Amino acid sequence: MVRRLPVQESFAAVLKLIVRRILVALPTLIILSVIIFGLQRLLPGDPIQTMMAEQSDPEVIEILREKYRLNDPLPIQYLAWVGNVLQGDFGSSLRTGLPVTEIILQKLPITVQLATMAMIMAMMVGIPAGILAAVHKNSMIDYAANAVALSGMSVPNFWLGIIMIMIFAVSWKVLPASGYVPITQDFWLSIKSMLMPAFVLSTAVAAYLMRHTRSAMLSVLSSDYIRTARAKGLLSKTVIIRHALRNALMPIVTLATLLFGDLLAGAVLTEQIFVIPGFGKLIVDAVFTRDYAVVQGVVLFTAIGFIAMNILADVLYIVINPRLRHPQ
Amino acid sequence: MTTVVQTEMVAPRRRFRGLRKLARNRGALFGAAIVLFFVMLAVFAPLIAPYDPFFSSFTNVRKPPSAEFLLGTDEIGRDIFSRLLYGARASLMAGVVSVAIALGLGVPLGLIAGYFGGLIDGAISRVVEALLAIPSLILAIALAATLGPSLMNAMLAIGIAATPIFVRLTRGQVLAVKTEDYVEGARAIGLPNGLTIVRYILPNVLSPIVVQATITIATAIIAEASLSFLGLGQQPPNPSWGSMLNTAKNFMTQAPWMSIFPGGAIFLVVLGFNLLGDGLRDALDPRDN
Repeated sequence: MVRRLPVQESFAAVLKLIVRRILVALPTLIILSVIIFGLQRLLPGDPIQTMMAEQSDPEVIEILREKYRLNDPLPIQYLAWVGNVLQGDFGSSLRTGLPVTEIILQKLPITVQLATMAMIMAMMVGIPAGILAAVHKNSMIDYAANAVALSGMSVPNFWLGIIMIMIFAVSWKVLPASGYVPITQDFWLSIKSMLMPAFVLSTAVAAYLMRHTRSAMLSVLSSDYIRTARAKGLLSKTVIIRHALRNALMPIVTLATLLFGDLLAGAVLTEQIFVIPGFGKLIVDAVFTRDYAVVQGVVLFTAIGFIAMNILADVLYIVINPRLRHPQ
Repeated sequence: MTTVVQTEMVAPRRRFRGLRKLARNRGALFGAAIVLFFVMLAVFAPLIAPYDPFFSSFTNVRKPPSAEFLLGTDEIGRDIFSRLLYGARASLMAGVVSVAIALGLGVPLGLIAGYFGGLIDGAISRVVEALLAIPSLILAIALAATLGPSLMNAMLAIGIAATPIFVRLTRGQVLAVKTEDYVEGARAIGLPNGLTIVRYILPNVLSPIVVQATITIATAIIAEASLSFLGLGQQPPNPSWGSMLNTAKNFMTQAPWMSIFPGGAIFLVVLGFNLLGDGLRDALDPRDN
């Protein structure tokens, strides 16, 4: 018998996990597609009427209904839609005629930039604050961190956005009030114009990260091996950073991956306030113009992304936690 | 039989211990005080409001806060303080009604899925997983747009969007309790399933559901404000904090008070419910009992 190298073995284990998780996700995806398809068919108002506005030549309307398969029975419409989706074709916008996939791919990088900046800010604030609060449990630092976190969870994004625009853009004039500059066009201006929206979006996630880091650190700090490390006479700082933090951070990494989906959803309102032409604004605009194809495509795309993030979180958990790599 | 008697004797004492712990938690008390304050404002809005919330006056357009208009006036001269009081009714009702919808749908489904297991559980759980994959605000926006913009439909949309969380929570709790001796005992004496669920399972899975419900009221209030802000909730001229912010954002430079107060009200109420939820979680934590 040939013994496989440990690296190969763990790689195989991770691969097996990915395949298994995808298989488990399949029925969920099928139900999801039925829900999304059904929901949008319930939308009141005829999309062709909306699209045609005042012009209403019955013959033209009939041709369009035929073209968008609106005359077929629902199950046929559903199967046709799913068949196309599987080939990466989410249909075309009823308003602009552009392929939905193209619209999504054009808007997505904007929101991903916003969400990434928000996640970096949230991690930079939330994780250190959580560590400090845990190390100084029941001190002023702990209370202050908890109070700030609770406020971060309670503040409505769109209101915080308005207040920040009033302070930083209107009164102090240090940051642009709204708008978006592509990162390829002007790197620093792009970052600068996204500072406020990213901060607004980050508050709730920073709060969750702080609370979870704090409780993870607290449970690790009271464990036996930390007591041993302390008893060995190791410096408090060494114990906290090298022994406690490494173990406490594992669930945090997983949590951060899952919270990325929340950031995409939170972007809906943030993009509205700061007039950022991203994914969130796309959803709202599509809902208001009854653009079936775009709404379907965006919601399905978001959900698939969310499921993918879940799988990624599971995989990361195993990759960073060697104990879980060899299931008995 | 003895186990049944025992749980019934122990239950009330445990509940009092939870209440006492809650009363010692300063954060939770502060949260409860905030919530109570806003409930009073909403209930007595007609008595407190100095003006008719719909009365517009073109001689008093966008007046800053003063003795005459405590929190200033809006873009068509309506008193913001009066509108804020009536808006509290919309926000609190949205929070409570949508959570009631989520509880009414989610808890029975979770009880059924957890108790009976098998095919029913499989079907319910798959649908719940599918719905959980859609971020709840996006689901609520899509539902509210489908149902048509109104406060009632916004509450329905938020309630449905929050349902999967309660199904999953309840199901998990039922699975943990199902194998306890007192449930086995109830089944052994031939109690019908429905009675076993209502009398022995439900009371023992309730604590985490209460905590989750309190926190979900906070998220539901934000969600209603978000939908109204987007124009999918309370319709003008009816006041709601979210729709007040929607118009206010067009007058950020000319009339900042139009934004500051409605948003501040949302923040305070949500903070109150979050504090209360945290306090309840600590008080009802079974690990401490």
